[in-house]
Amino acid sequence: MSELPPSRLTHLQRLEAESIHIMREIAAQAEKPVMLYSVGKDSAAMLHVAKKAFFPSPPPFPLLHVDTTWKFKAMYALREKAAQEAGMELLVHKNPEAQAQGINPFDHGGLHTDMWKTEGLKQALDKYGFDAAFGGARRDEEKSRAKERVFSFRSADHRWDPKNQRPELWNLYNAKKAKGESLRVFPMSNWTELDIWQYIQLENIEIVPLYFAAPRPTVERDGMLLMVDDERFPLRDGETPEMRSIRFRTLGCYPLTGAVESEATNLSEVIQEMLLTTTSERQGRAIDHDASASMEKKKQEGYF
Amino acid sequence: MSELTPPIYETEALIGEDIDAYLELHQHKSMLRFITCGSVDDGKSTLIGRLLYDSKMIFEDQLASLEADSKKLGTQGQEIDFALLVDGLAAEREQGITIDVAYRFFATEKRKFIVADTPGHEQYTRNMVTGASTADLAVILIDARQGILTQTRRHSYLAHLLGIQHIVLAVNKMDLVDYDQARFDEIVSQYRDFADGLGMKAFTAIPLSGLAGDNVTQNSDNMAWYQGSALLPHLESVELQQEAAQAASFAMPVQWVNRPNLDFRGFSGLIATGRVAPGDAIRVVPSGKNSTIKSIVTMAKDGTEQRLDEAVAGQSVTLTLDTEIDCSRGDIIATADNPPAVADRFEATLIWMDEEALLPGRSYEMKIGTQTVAASVQTPKYQVNVNTMEHLATKTLELNAIGVVEISTTQKISFAPYAENRALGSFVLIDKMSNATVAAGLLHFSLRRADNIHWQATDIDRNAHAQLKNQKPLLLWFTGLSGSGKSTIANELEKILHTMNRHTFLLDGDNVRHGLNKDLGFTDADRVENIRRIGEVSKLMVDAGLIVLSAFISPFRAERDMVREMLPEGEFIEIFVDTPLEVAEQRDVKGLYKKARAGELKNFTGIDSPYEPPLNPDIRVNTAQMSAQEAAQHIVNQLFGL
Repeated sequence: MSELPPSRLTHLQRLEAESIHIMREIAAQAEKPVMLYSVGKDSAAMLHVAKKAFFPSPPPFPLLHVDTTWKFKAMYALREKAAQEAGMELLVHKNPEAQAQGINPFDHGGLHTDMWKTEGLKQALDKYGFDAAFGGARRDEEKSRAKERVFSFRSADHRWDPKNQRPELWNLYNAKKAKGESLRVFPMSNWTELDIWQYIQLENIEIVPLYFAAPRPTVERDGMLLMVDDERFPLRDGETPEMRSIRFRTLGCYPLTGAVESEATNLSEVIQEMLLTTTSERQGRAIDHDASASMEKKKQEGYF
Repeated sequence: MSELTPPIYETEALIGEDIDAYLELHQHKSMLRFITCGSVDDGKSTLIGRLLYDSKMIFEDQLASLEADSKKLGTQGQEIDFALLVDGLAAEREQGITIDVAYRFFATEKRKFIVADTPGHEQYTRNMVTGASTADLAVILIDARQGILTQTRRHSYLAHLLGIQHIVLAVNKMDLVDYDQARFDEIVSQYRDFADGLGMKAFTAIPLSGLAGDNVTQNSDNMAWYQGSALLPHLESVELQQEAAQAASFAMPVQWVNRPNLDFRGFSGLIATGRVAPGDAIRVVPSGKNSTIKSIVTMAKDGTEQRLDEAVAGQSVTLTLDTEIDCSRGDIIATADNPPAVADRFEATLIWMDEEALLPGRSYEMKIGTQTVAASVQTPKYQVNVNTMEHLATKTLELNAIGVVEISTTQKISFAPYAENRALGSFVLIDKMSNATVAAGLLHFSLRRADNIHWQATDIDRNAHAQLKNQKPLLLWFTGLSGSGKSTIANELEKILHTMNRHTFLLDGDNVRHGLNKDLGFTDADRVENIRRIGEVSKLMVDAGLIVLSAFISPFRAERDMVREMLPEGEFIEIFVDTPLEVAEQRDVKGLYKKARAGELKNFTGIDSPYEPPLNPDIRVNTAQMSAQEAAQHIVNQLFGL
């Protein structure tokens, strides 16, 4: 991006500069920060910004993947590679209780997200004693996120109180907290989905190939197109995996993530589809379908 | 503003035809942040909803849920209620008001926009200030039927106070006054009088209708008499603050020192103002050391090092210098011939943001740029009535109050007046106990007093005083409830120390209030000032080499910590005289508890005024279990390791 004349900064240059500033504030003020890494496109963009922020040093914090064991295989493959290239330690946490009880998205519905993700995240933060965790969430994703602070303060039991957030003025971020309390930090708050895609294209950032269309085995279920990523996928009576040219707009646990039929095999085409599309990004995720304020409830309980 | 062509998505066809050409076009967008001020009644949310809708930021599924919500909760009958799109949190939707700052995003082919949508009511002044702090432009909405209201004045005052250069007076709901030019002209003329009084140099007035879409994205045939730009083309063309900031002298607050190995030492930060290039002469403030920029380092796409020829305000960079000089977080790297000023006493405007009111004299943490220092605020000079701009006398600032104060910091800081430089003149105050952000501040100027009164260096220093007395000077600070036994124990302790040939002095709460502090009462603010003065007096006596015994209720942790910070480390010993309230009240040596219980004595600690016990006292004595003599001996044992 630096080949553009610096005197007229583009919106992406401004967004990148702001994100870098936020990350450095945490590096300077927090005792033990960590970057949550979900292997998705937002994580990829955030990791790239982190590398830039601290160059030539590697980012001075580890990456943490809260693993549900139900991610796509292609995501696990990129995870190790990305951490290694960034020169960062990769921590993987799997909720042992969820593991012992065999919690899975097919039999346990909402409990799956609750146990693996929400509980798993809290466990991991407590286990390592992290006092600040970067997340790739953006304000344009969903209504309750629009009011989220960049530095989101959490009580010792990880709860978010929407009525008791600190005012954030100028670019002065207050990172002070009592022992046991922690911060969730969202350096990409002001980016939109299009900004993320354009940045990935301009900076040539590697992302999981599932974002690009390819023929993949799928079944149609409850109005969603699901990919049969491994043998754990229990087929219902009358279901046979069918090859379709699909891609994903967002990546989570494969049994919960709906695919879209697509022919877009490169970034330009993906962006083109995104611009011409008529449904918003989170539509593909089962978690948001309940009540329109469900994300707000999940956040109060400690979901990222 | 001559262009009156439809501004957005002329190139929409390009998305389908030639996506790469479209993306190329959209990579060069700039970014404008603006704030919308007004209440629900002014149609603010409707206008924002309209901007999002017209720039295709609403997807079909959102539209479907919006239609469902409109029927259930909406105020527009069967029409789509755009306001519902913008009012976020569940609680707000039920109450039908916006209570926080919500950020919205949309883009045209020229710019990306970040809208801070803030509530209009007076009790949300702090939210509006928050949104305004990062805005380049403010859209002040008024209802054409209502004209200029009290809240219009308040919003304009706040936007102007926060230094927003571009003010748009959006005269909304023109459809409801039959698009009448005379009505619009009347409002503009009234507003101009008001703006002049405020010192606002310019504003742009636009007649529009958010509901009907007139003059929002393009000029409306319904108001052919209006010759200016529609709202969106105006937003696309105003000058950005970040670009204006490039004209100022270079300054970059250092956030983080980048030291991967012994061969590289870089200083990372966000450039606040100006431009910088290798070879430029710089000065590090406040230390005043000079050096030269060696390189501007960043990472190229492929992960290798890239050096920039120049960087400007708004960029996050890492700078290396030609020489090894002392520079760390909190310092500012600035142009050598025009660095920011340095001072420790200021006049400032404060906007109070916390439920707990300002306590003049209390030590707060001040965050200005990347500098963090302890600061205390004097009793405000005045408070501003945000509706009438009148100056009111006040002793404190409560939630949402705006006032002008004198503020002093424990060490010198680099700064610029806010009016000249937003980045170097803005600060927040943080409560040291709750860690809450309690105030936003704008520095006006430094007060000469600090510059002119230099500390008088004396030849016989504190060490010389202490050596002559053959003792380590100390401040023994007794804290506890009234009637806990502080004075009695201090008195016993002084007797023991006297027999040990120690040079001592006992400062007692009641005695000091007869003289030095006889002008102070027992309000929270007076209690803080009481302790500040006693702290200063104790410090002078400790400097004189004495062991000072100070016995004061000193109910607040913040003030005890303030006194601790006045002294060199290890010289402040906090002694907690730990007596339960029931025991102290039972003793009631001075009969004060009885009076307080009878309501004859107000603000009595333990009864109707709080006592914050020390969390980690240096010495604790329990007078329910020890006599005064035993307690005094216990303290001696602790102090001298007997």
